[in-house]
Amino acid sequence: MLVLGLDIGSRTVDAVWLEDGRVADHVVTDTGFDPRAVAEALLTRARFDRLVATGYGRHVARDAFGAEVVTEITAYARGAAHLFPGAGSVLDIGGQDTKVISLGEDGKVADFEMNDKCAAGTGRFLEVMARALGFGLDQMATEALTARSGVGISSMCTVFAESEVTGLVHRGEDRARIARGLHESVAGRTCTALGRVRARGPLVFAGGVANNAAMVELVRAGFDGDVLVPENAQTVGALGAALSASAANG
Amino acid sequence: MSENVATDYGRMWAELGMNLPAHCALMNAIPTMYENAYLTQSDRPAGMAYFDFVMSEIHGLRIKELVDHKTAGGKVVGTFCLYVPEEIIRAHGAVGVGLCAGAEWGYNEVEKVLPRNTCALIKSFMGFKMDRVCPYVESADLLVGETTCDGKKKAYELLGEMADVYVMELPQMKRDRDREFWRAEVREFVMRLEELTGKTMTAESLTAAIAEVNGKRRALQRIAAARAADPAPISGKDALLATQVAFYDDVPRFTAMVNTIADELDARVAAGEGAAAKGAKRVVLTGSPMAIPNWKTHDIIEKAGGVVVGEEMCTGSRYYDTLVPETPGASLDEMIDEVADKYLGINCACFTPNDARCSDVVQMASDLGADGIVHYSLQFCGPYQIEAVQVERAARDVGVPFLKIDTDYSAEDVGQLSTRIEAFLEML
Ligand code: SF4
Ligand code: SF4
Repeated sequence: MLVLGLDIGSRTVDAVWLEDGRVADHVVTDTGFDPRAVAEALLTRARFDRLVATGYGRHVARDAFGAEVVTEITAYARGAAHLFPGAGSVLDIGGQDTKVISLGEDGKVADFEMNDKCAAGTGRFLEVMARALGFGLDQMATEALTARSGVGISSMCTVFAESEVTGLVHRGEDRARIARGLHESVAGRTCTALGRVRARGPLVFAGGVANNAAMVELVRAGFDGDVLVPENAQTVGALGAALSASAANG
Repeated sequence: MSENVATDYGRMWAELGMNLPAHCALMNAIPTMYENAYLTQSDRPAGMAYFDFVMSEIHGLRIKELVDHKTAGGKVVGTFCLYVPEEIIRAHGAVGVGLCAGAEWGYNEVEKVLPRNTCALIKSFMGFKMDRVCPYVESADLLVGETTCDGKKKAYELLGEMADVYVMELPQMKRDRDREFWRAEVREFVMRLEELTGKTMTAESLTAAIAEVNGKRRALQRIAAARAADPAPISGKDALLATQVAFYDDVPRFTAMVNTIADELDARVAAGEGAAAKGAKRVVLTGSPMAIPNWKTHDIIEKAGGVVVGEEMCTGSRYYDTLVPETPGASLDEMIDEVADKYLGINCACFTPNDARCSDVVQMASDLGADGIVHYSLQFCGPYQIEAVQVERAARDVGVPFLKIDTDYSAEDVGQLSTRIEAFLEML
């Protein structure tokens, strides 16, 4: 049986084709302004027997294509536990939200938390800050890793932090140190959230921001336990969605 | 509301000094909210038709009854908190109405005065008054506040500039001397009501009022008990609505209607019929009050396939769980003490310590066979937001999954909340 898992997020739509429990193909596309059309294009790319959607656009896929739905929380937990059996927790930092999930012994969700309605501490936050620093996104991470210590950033609100960063740049503060400070504050906030849900190691770090080397290093430093980054960090949710179908009906 | 009825009521609203265009806008919004939340449900108890009617007449028939009562020389007393004893109000021949304050209304006006980070309930009652859109507020001869949370305390001072406001001082602890203090405070309230109504409360009038209000609470207890069944015979939304309406409806009529619904629920339980599917995930809600038309959290949970089986809230068990003892031959003085003591037994987060609330929640979850507990607080409601910590601990101690949400009356966070609630239900 071929299951298509779709993760319709705010920044990307990710797809995984799962054939008898094995990933046959996967793809990551920009959401753009019409997530429905993007999803529809993915449906025609390859054949599938069943369709499961997750992400904030899951209900759109249910209404438009009759997809089964599962929340991102369950999908990420499933995907992570599949890739790393025995994982204790999951961190997903995506474009506009952050989730921390603690897994029980059985690999199921034991507790979870999502960030508030704003973009604080998400991929979007890092993008805005990179722009304020005049760096590309990857470059900001590389620079952050070169600095020995970070400049303390007092606000996690995207709007306030942006003007704080601009102010620091004008005062001639070293941009690499600012970049490190920004990553430190996101990582610190993330580790606090992990603590609140009593996350155990090993922690699976998924989502787009898991490709950011500085974030990975800082989360590793702040988390008490192993931190594992899957090869295709962005498609863990889509994989989990596809796996949910297999679990439900053999 | 049909056209010709609306015009009849239009005069009544104008005579109450209401702001008609603003009121009209509010009245356009509520039926849609009600339809989306309520009339989309399937397998509702037939008796809920009464509440459909009540809601369609929320600013009509009931207000007319209040106006008639006033014309006949009676008084209307508006309250904002469970602690203000309604038996005492009734015993003075006055009608008590719990003011709802469950909608985001008039915030632009309100935020010119109050800080933005004020809880939605306070902003709402201030907004209703400043905008003159609530006929209950406008028909009240006296508004009774109470010193519970700091936000309300201060807001009552401002409300007092626009209406006649009397504030009861509530203790913050429940020691013997606090009980003495509260009993005295209830007696002061009796004096204020005597002055307002020109009537003297007697042992007979208080006995009758206690019996009537107990009857109302008992009827609600019957609905609550029926919800222990799986499948749940009534949706959480419908049960919530019954409690919300209890705050302002005519007491004998309401009691009779709720008892009819309770009979129907008993029959449904016996026949194994439900308003939700058998095996649907069962949730107990606890936290800040949910006033009409705040159905948001129930709506999200039930549209996601769960069912709310109990509310440990002021619009829930805290309202109907305890009764004033009906002691034959008790003197008026003894009865006043008993009324005061019953109210001091309510477990609100404004008190310290408030451990009894934690045990209430856990007990309710076990009695009703709940799969999980959802803690609901209004944003900026310090007492409940902080007490969520203790409630979470109590839930963890007995191994019941727990989800905490902080929200307000707006629809802004519905997407986010739905995801969290659906994920919670998937986890159970
Ligand atoms: S939560 Fe407390 S302050 Fe608020 S209405 Fe209930 S008893 Fe009163
Ligand atoms: S919800 Fe909380 S902050 Fe708001 S009035 Fe009630 S106790 Fe006060």
